[in-house]
Amino acid sequence: MFLTFVTFLPLLGAFALAFIPKENEGTIKQAALGIALVDFVLSLGLWMGFDNTTHAMQFEFNASWIAAWGVNYHVGIDGISLLLYVMTTFLTAFSILVSWNVKKHVREYMMAMLALGTGMLGVFIALDLFLFYVFWEFQLVPMYIIIGVWGGPRRIYAAVKFFLYTAVGSLLMLVAIIWIYFIVKDATGVFTTDLIYITQHLDVDLGTQKWLWMAFFLAFAIKVPMFPFHTWLPDAHVEAPTAGSVILAGVLLKMGTYGFLRFNLPLLPHASNEFIPFIAVLSIIGIVYGALVAMVQEDLKKLVAYSSVSHLGFVMLGIFALNEYGLQGALLQNLNHGISTGALFFLVGVIYDRRHTREIKEFGGITNYMPKFAVCFMILTLSSIGLPGMNGFVGEFLILLGMFQVNKMYAAGAALGVILAACYMLWMFQRVMFMQSNNPENEKLTDLDLREKILIAPMIVLVFWIGLYPKPFLKTFDASVSHLVSVVHPDNFRPGKAGGQHASVKIDKALKKIEKQTHKKSH
Amino acid sequence: MLQLAWLIPLIPILGSIVCGVYGLKLGKDKVAKIACGGPILSFLITLLVLLGFLLLPEGVHVWEQILFNWIPVSDFVVQWGYQIDPLSLVMMLVVSGVGSVIHVYAVGYMYEEYSFYRFFCYFNLFLGAMLILVMGNNFLLMFIGWEGVGCCSYFLIGYYFDKKSACDAGTKAFVVNRIGDFAFILGVLFIFNQFGSIDYTTVFSAAPTTLIYGSETATMICILLFIGATGKSAQIPLYTWLPDAMEGPTPVSALIHAATMVTAGVYMVARCNVLFALSPLSMNIVAFVGGGTAVFAATIGMAQNDIKRVLAYSTVSQIGYMFLACGVGAYTAAIFHLITHAFFKACLFLGSGSVIHGMHHEQDMRKYGGLKDHFPITHITFLVSTLAIAGIFPLSGFFSKDEILFHSLMDGNIILWGMGVTGAFLTAFYMFRLVFMTFYGEARYDLTFHPHEPSKIMTTPLVILAFLAFFGGLLGIPLFHGWHVLHEWLEPVFHVNPQAIIDYSTQHMIAEGHHVPLFESLTHEPSHNVGLEVSLMAVSLLIAIGGITAAYFFYIKFPNLPDKVMEGQWGFELVKNKYEVDERIDEYIVQPTVEGSFYLWKGDAKVVDGAVNGAAQTIGWFSKLASPYQSGFVRNYALFMVVGFLAILIMVY
Repeated sequence: MFLTFVTFLPLLGAFALAFIPKENEGTIKQAALGIALVDFVLSLGLWMGFDNTTHAMQFEFNASWIAAWGVNYHVGIDGISLLLYVMTTFLTAFSILVSWNVKKHVREYMMAMLALGTGMLGVFIALDLFLFYVFWEFQLVPMYIIIGVWGGPRRIYAAVKFFLYTAVGSLLMLVAIIWIYFIVKDATGVFTTDLIYITQHLDVDLGTQKWLWMAFFLAFAIKVPMFPFHTWLPDAHVEAPTAGSVILAGVLLKMGTYGFLRFNLPLLPHASNEFIPFIAVLSIIGIVYGALVAMVQEDLKKLVAYSSVSHLGFVMLGIFALNEYGLQGALLQNLNHGISTGALFFLVGVIYDRRHTREIKEFGGITNYMPKFAVCFMILTLSSIGLPGMNGFVGEFLILLGMFQVNKMYAAGAALGVILAACYMLWMFQRVMFMQSNNPENEKLTDLDLREKILIAPMIVLVFWIGLYPKPFLKTFDASVSHLVSVVHPDNFRPGKAGGQHASVKIDKALKKIEKQTHKKSH
Repeated sequence: MLQLAWLIPLIPILGSIVCGVYGLKLGKDKVAKIACGGPILSFLITLLVLLGFLLLPEGVHVWEQILFNWIPVSDFVVQWGYQIDPLSLVMMLVVSGVGSVIHVYAVGYMYEEYSFYRFFCYFNLFLGAMLILVMGNNFLLMFIGWEGVGCCSYFLIGYYFDKKSACDAGTKAFVVNRIGDFAFILGVLFIFNQFGSIDYTTVFSAAPTTLIYGSETATMICILLFIGATGKSAQIPLYTWLPDAMEGPTPVSALIHAATMVTAGVYMVARCNVLFALSPLSMNIVAFVGGGTAVFAATIGMAQNDIKRVLAYSTVSQIGYMFLACGVGAYTAAIFHLITHAFFKACLFLGSGSVIHGMHHEQDMRKYGGLKDHFPITHITFLVSTLAIAGIFPLSGFFSKDEILFHSLMDGNIILWGMGVTGAFLTAFYMFRLVFMTFYGEARYDLTFHPHEPSKIMTTPLVILAFLAFFGGLLGIPLFHGWHVLHEWLEPVFHVNPQAIIDYSTQHMIAEGHHVPLFESLTHEPSHNVGLEVSLMAVSLLIAIGGITAAYFFYIKFPNLPDKVMEGQWGFELVKNKYEVDERIDEYIVQPTVEGSFYLWKGDAKVVDGAVNGAAQTIGWFSKLASPYQSGFVRNYALFMVVGFLAILIMVY
C-alpha cells in the first residue's frame, strides 16, 4: 500500500490544488513543491527499505481490479525500477522548482506536473500489462498539455507530433498485449494480464516471439527514441517549457528503455537474443548520427536534444549486451542521462529566461558575466562527455565492456561516440561561454540566483557521487540484473548445450513446465 | 610511512578546491601559499613513502594501498587503489618535485593576472590528477588520471578564454586526445576480455601464460594502448595539438606540456612492458613511430620563429626518443630520458617564460637578440639546459640520450640508430639557433624599452632546475657496473622472465599446428662491448658539436646566410608551414564532417519527418470534426480527462 500511496500522492495533490483559488499563486507553488518533495522523501524511504539481495518484487500489492478480464491492480518494485522511480520523484520536485516563474495558468500547470508525476511513477511499478498500458497512456496527456499550453511558438505542432508518435507505437503494444493475453489463456487456461504470471508462463516459438518483440520494440523504440524514430524529440524539446524538457529527458525517455527491460527481455528472451545485431546497429547509428547532427545545431536546446539520441543509443546498446556489465551500465546510464541532460536543459533554461533566445551565435563570453553558471555548465558538459571521475564515464564504460564481450566491432563503433561527444559539447561550450560576446545584451546577464543554485547543487553532487562511488547504485541493480541475465542467457534455448553455471535456470524451466501441466489438468 | 600514500594526490586536489571556491576572498598571497604548499607537501610525503618503501623487506617490490571498491559489477571489480613500486615512485618524485618548483615559478609569472586563483585551481587539480595517473593500481584508475590531466590541460590551454585561438587550441587538444583515449579504452576492454581483470599485478603476472607470443590479440592490445599513448604524448599521427597548446601560460607549457603530462604515454608503455614484450611487431611500431617523430618534429622545430613553438616541437621530438627507447626494450633509458627531459625542458620553458615576461609578451625570436646581458640568470640556466638537451658531456641529457642511441643500435637496428643520430644533430642545431637568436647577436627589439630579469621567485626555480639538468646524469652512469642507479632501481619492474613466455607460447603454437618462432626479441642478450659504447658516445658527442657549430655559423657568424640559403626553397616553406598537416586535416576530415553533418540534419527534417507530418495532416482533418470540444481551456481538458477516467472505473465495476 505504501508504494501505491507514494505513487498516487502527486495526483491527490493535483486534485487538492484545484481547491486553492487560482489567485494564490504563491500558495499553489509552495503546495505543489511541498507535495513533490514529500513524495521524493517517501520514495527515498523505499530505497532505504529495499532489500538488494533478491530479485523478487518488493513492496508488492495485488488487488483484483477488473475481475472479469483477469486484470489486477498489481504493483511492485525491483532493482530495475527502484532507482528510476526515485529519480522520477526527484525530477518531479526539481521541475516544479524549475518552473517557479511560470506566468500563465499557474494552478493548472502545477496540477499537470503533479498528475504527470503519478503517471510516470505508475509506469515503473505496474506489474500488470493492462495497468501498465493505462499508466503509459495516462502520462501522455499531462505531457501533451504541458507542451501544448506552456510551450514555445510551435507548441501545438510539437505536442501533436509527440502525442502521435507515442500513440502509434503504443497501439502496436496494445495489440501485442492482447495477443499475449490470448496466448497465455490458450496455454494455461487462465485469463490474466498479470506480468509476473505471464513472464513465468509465456512459452512461444521463436517466430511468434519475433512478432511480439517487434510490436513492443516499436512502442519503446519511439519512446527511447532510437534512430530512426527520433524526430519527434528535438521538436518536443525545443517547444516544451524548461521543466517539460527536464522531465522528458529525465523520465519519459527512460520509460522506453525500461519497457525493453521489463517486457522484451524477460518475456521474449529468445527473440531478444536474435535481435542483438539489429539493436546494436540501430544504436550505433543513433550514437554517431545523434552526435554528428548535434554538432551542427544552431539552437542550444536542440543540441542537447540530439545529444540525448546519442546517449540513449548507449543505453540501448548496454541493454542488448544481455550481460551484467552492459545491463548495469545501461541502468546506471539511465540515471546519468537523467541527471546530466536534465541539468543541462535546466541550465539552457537559465540563460533562456534571461536572454529569451537559445541561438548559439547570440552568445559568447558568457563566462565573464556569469562565472558561477559557467562552472556548473562546465561540470555538466564534462559529465555529459563522460569524463572519468564523473557519472557518465562509469555507465559508458560498463556498457562498452558489456558490448565488447558480445562483439568487439560494436563496442568500437559505439566508442566513436566518445570522441564525437567531446567535439559537439566542447565546441558548443566554446561558442557560448568562451571568446568574446558579440551582443551587448549578454553583458547585462546576471549570475545564478539562490533558487537556481539550490537546483543545480544536488545535480553536481550526484555527478561526482556516481562518478566516484557508484557502488550504492550498482548494488541496487545487482540481484535483479543477475536474474534477468540468467533468464535471457542463450543457453536457455539451445538444446543440448547445458551450461554448468546456468543449470539452475534449466531446473527452473523444468519446474515451470510441470507447474503448467498441473494447471492444465486443473482446468 | 607507506600508509600516507593516499594523501599524495588528495592534497593538491583539496588545494584546488580551496583555491577555486575561496580564491577571490583569500587574496593572491594566501592562494599562492595554498597552491604551492600542497605540491610541496605532496613531495615531502612522497619522500616519506620512498623511505618507507626502502625499508620494505628484501624482495618485496610492490606495495598496494586499496582505498575502496570503485566499480563492482559481478566479476568486474575495480578498486580505487594506489600501487607503490620503483616505477611509480620515480614518476611521483618527478611529478611532485618538478611540479612544486614550477608552481613557485608560476606565482611570480601569473601574479598580475586577475584570475590568479582560477589558474592555481586548475594547476593544483592537474597535479592531483597526474599523481593519480602514476599511482593507480589498475588501468581504469590510470584512465581517471589520464583524462583528468587532459581536462586540466584543456582548461589551462584555454586559460585566456576570451582569445579565440586559445579556445580553439584547448578544444583541439581535448578532441585529439580523445581519439587516443578511444583506442586506450578499447585496449582496456581487450585486456579485461583476455585476463578477466584490469589490475596491473594480475594482468602482468598472468600475461606470459595468457597471451601467445606474437599473437594477434597481444598485438591488438599493445597497438591500441600505444595509440592512446600517441595521443597523450603527442606522437605521430596525433601530435598536432601540442604546438597549438602553447597558447596557454608558459608555466603550463613547462609543467604539463613538457615535464609531466605528455610523458604519461611513455610511463604507460613502460608500465605495460610485459605486454609489449609479447608482441615484437608492436615493439617495432613503437620504435619507428618514436624515431620517426624524433626526426620529423625536429625538422619543423628548425624553422619556427616563435620561441615556445620551437620548444614545443622539441618536446615532441624528445618524447619520440623515449618511445624509441621503449620500442627497443630499453625501458630504463626511456624513463631516464623522461627524468632528465623533465629537468631541462622545464628549465627551458620557464627560461623562455622569463624572457617573454621581460619582453612584454613578445614571443617572436626575430624580435629578440643580444638579451644575455639583460637576463644573466635566465641566460646561464638556459644555456645549461640547452647543452643538456643537445647532449654535451657531462650534462644529464648526454647520458640519457646516449643510452637510448646505444640501445637503438644494439637492440634495434641501424635505421633506428640513424634516426636517433639525425635527431640529435637537428636538436643541437635548432636549440642553439634558439639560444643564438635570443641571447646573442644584435638586439632586434625596440630599443626604447628595457628588458629586465624577473624577480627572485622566478629565477630560483630556474637555478634549481638547471642544477638538476646539469647533474641529473648521475642517476645513470654507464660503463661501470652498478653505477647505473636508475637501472638497478627499476630492474624489478622491467624484468621479464622470457622462459615463461617461451614455454607457454611454444606449447600453444605446437598444439595449434603453428610454426614456432625464434623468440628473437626475448632471447636477445644485450652485449656489453665497452669499446663500442665509448666510440658511440664519441660519435654522438661529435654530432652534437657539429649541430652547434652549424647553428653558430648560420646565426652568429653569418646572420644573413639563413635567408639566402632558404629563400624560395619549396622544402623550407613546407617545413616552415609544419608540412601543412593541420591544413590538410582540416580540409579532408574536419570540414567534410561538419558539412556532412549539416546535410544529415537537413535530411532528418525532410525525409523522416515528412512522412510523419503527412500522417498528422490526415488526422488533423479528422480532428476538425472534434473541434467543438477543443475550447482551449486547460481546465476543460483536465475535466474531460478526469471524467473519462472515472467513466472507465465505473464501467468496469
